[in-house]
Amino acid sequence: MRAPDDTPKSRTGDVLLSVEDVSLAFGGVKAINGVSFDIRQGEIRAIIGPNGAGKTSMLNVINGFYHPQQGRITFKGRTRAKMRPYEAAAGGIARTFQNVALFRGMSALDNIMAGRTLKMKRSMFWHLLRFGPAMREEVEHRHFVEEIIDFLKIQEIRRTPVGRLPYGLQKRVELGRALAMEPELLLLDEPMAGMNLEEKEDMSRFILDVNDYYGTTIALIEHDMGVVMDLSDRVVVLDHGLKIADGTPAEVMKNQAVIDAYLGVSH
Amino acid sequence: MLYREAGQFKTSYVADQAIFPIRQDRIGLAVILIAAFVGVPLFGSDFFISAVMVPLLVFSLAAIGLNILTGYTGLLSLGTGGFMGVGAFACYKLTTVFPDVNIIIWVLVSGFFSCGIGILFGLPSLRIKGFYLAVATLSAQFFLDWAFVRIPWLVNNNTSGAIEVPTRTLLGIPVTGPTAQPEVRYLVILSVVTLLTVIASNLVHGRIGRSWMAVRDMDLAAELMGIRLYRTKLLAFAVSSYYCGVAGALMVFFWYGSAEPAVFGIDQSFFILFMVIIGGLGSLVGSFFGAALIYGMPIILKGVVAMVGLQITPATVEHLTFMTVGALIILFLIIEPAGLARLWQIGKQKLRVWPFPY
Ligand SMILES: Nc1ncnc2c1ncn2[C@@H]1O[C@H](COP(=O)(O)OP(=O)(O)O)[C@@H](O)[C@H]1O
Ligand SMILES: [Mg+2]
Repeated sequence: MRAPDDTPKSRTGDVLLSVEDVSLAFGGVKAINGVSFDIRQGEIRAIIGPNGAGKTSMLNVINGFYHPQQGRITFKGRTRAKMRPYEAAAGGIARTFQNVALFRGMSALDNIMAGRTLKMKRSMFWHLLRFGPAMREEVEHRHFVEEIIDFLKIQEIRRTPVGRLPYGLQKRVELGRALAMEPELLLLDEPMAGMNLEEKEDMSRFILDVNDYYGTTIALIEHDMGVVMDLSDRVVVLDHGLKIADGTPAEVMKNQAVIDAYLGVSH
Repeated sequence: MLYREAGQFKTSYVADQAIFPIRQDRIGLAVILIAAFVGVPLFGSDFFISAVMVPLLVFSLAAIGLNILTGYTGLLSLGTGGFMGVGAFACYKLTTVFPDVNIIIWVLVSGFFSCGIGILFGLPSLRIKGFYLAVATLSAQFFLDWAFVRIPWLVNNNTSGAIEVPTRTLLGIPVTGPTAQPEVRYLVILSVVTLLTVIASNLVHGRIGRSWMAVRDMDLAAELMGIRLYRTKLLAFAVSSYYCGVAGALMVFFWYGSAEPAVFGIDQSFFILFMVIIGGLGSLVGSFFGAALIYGMPIILKGVVAMVGLQITPATVEHLTFMTVGALIILFLIIEPAGLARLWQIGKQKLRVWPFPY
């Protein structure tokens, strides 16, 4: 993670990422339809909308897993028609998944260590030997990973294969794995889905701490309006692949189109 | 001394990242190594060394090779026999063209030839996976089968069509060929297998092993973390077939003494695959367990039959073995997909907390 910035954080930093006029279709299904919005440095940006609105698809476009048929994506000043997964990862975009996508056969520690892969530079030769440079590198990254483990309070489950962990802890390990990448932009797809109140509070705390302490920019998909109001600086609302509102949480909640979408008024 | 980690505090991550963090494990390993390097050659009978230990080590190495690809990286391969054959034929060509270079060097170099062939047949893994990739490796197997029989140049045009292992020496002592003593052949194999097992263990416990397992467990997440899928898979193909190639060369030069192409057929591929499944996908120690079980079972069954004095023909014993292996594989796939290695882990865990399980 970057050194904590102690300058008082301005909530209106430069634009870190913007998508313009992005459309994505699967066969006949228009998952995203001409959507534009931006994410500023240091903010927590919520993406909300009913099921099937295209929120997950939008994250997949941002980190290059889906390639939109139309539109532009500008990340850190560079404009592209599409991202590629490797570029996105190397550029500092990390991600958690709606349905936990951990490496099930590996321990929590190994999962989070895997998040360090891009930062590890030692070649095959040193790995054959293990002793020496490869080991030093491994230990150096282990220190970093242990910080994350302490931060997320998952010390006890370090060695447990993640497939055997309860759901709430899996979500936490997945956050840890994303943090291990020292991301500039962290994409969280429903990090609190299926959690009880206490777990939600913990997770909210972690998200705020990551944002505060490391200054990590966060894009967050979340259904719980209370959480969205508490955490986010700005909200973009999608419905049926279209953007129907964009603004502060308070503005968005008052918006008639948003209220209609959530009450299921047919368009 | 109890099997326990209490009182063994790890004072650094170096100690904690060690492959055997528990002292008793390290002592156990040392005992096994001493028994293997000193005990077996001194006290083992020629039969035990040639017919039990040598094959066991060869199969363990091949199983480690397949395990890297199938167990660690999740790519099923049915071409193991073929890749072993490439190693064996390469070694034969190398040592007959350059007889002055030490045979052990040629064994280690021959692995690079099957490594190359492995990468070649791993190329489709960019586009296809699962069942279809397995079919691609199957076609590798059939192609190599064909090549071994049809290209007489591979066996220097000799009329038998088989590899006939020449005598090669190390420090004046014959290590291959009809005059090589079982102890000598065994020690060479043991050294090579030990070296390559250490290297495999180094690989799977670091960044490279984690990338392999990440690709196996959730390739999309791995990709979004910057792990390059194609490179990672090709590396697994490369390392895996290197190991299989060396195992094939060892098999012919230090065990069989001569070999027809049929040795490297599809049967061999399945034989090794069974070892990996029963031993434990994604476990190095499991590769040894699997090899011991699958190779050892017919020997033990024969022994039992002889002891009980049953009047059964060898053919029946063979059928019995087949049926037992089949039943075991089904049993393991259903009850314990992680194989013998997992049972071993559970056993150790029980021992660690014994006598108070909670
Ligand atoms: N890989 C895919 N193939 C086909 N259709 C998809 C795929 N991914 C998403 N969709 C469709 O795109 C639409 C938006 O889905 P999604 O982005 O998952 O919505 P949300 O995350 O907002 O619930 C849905 O109609 C969904 O069925
Ligand atoms: Mg979704």
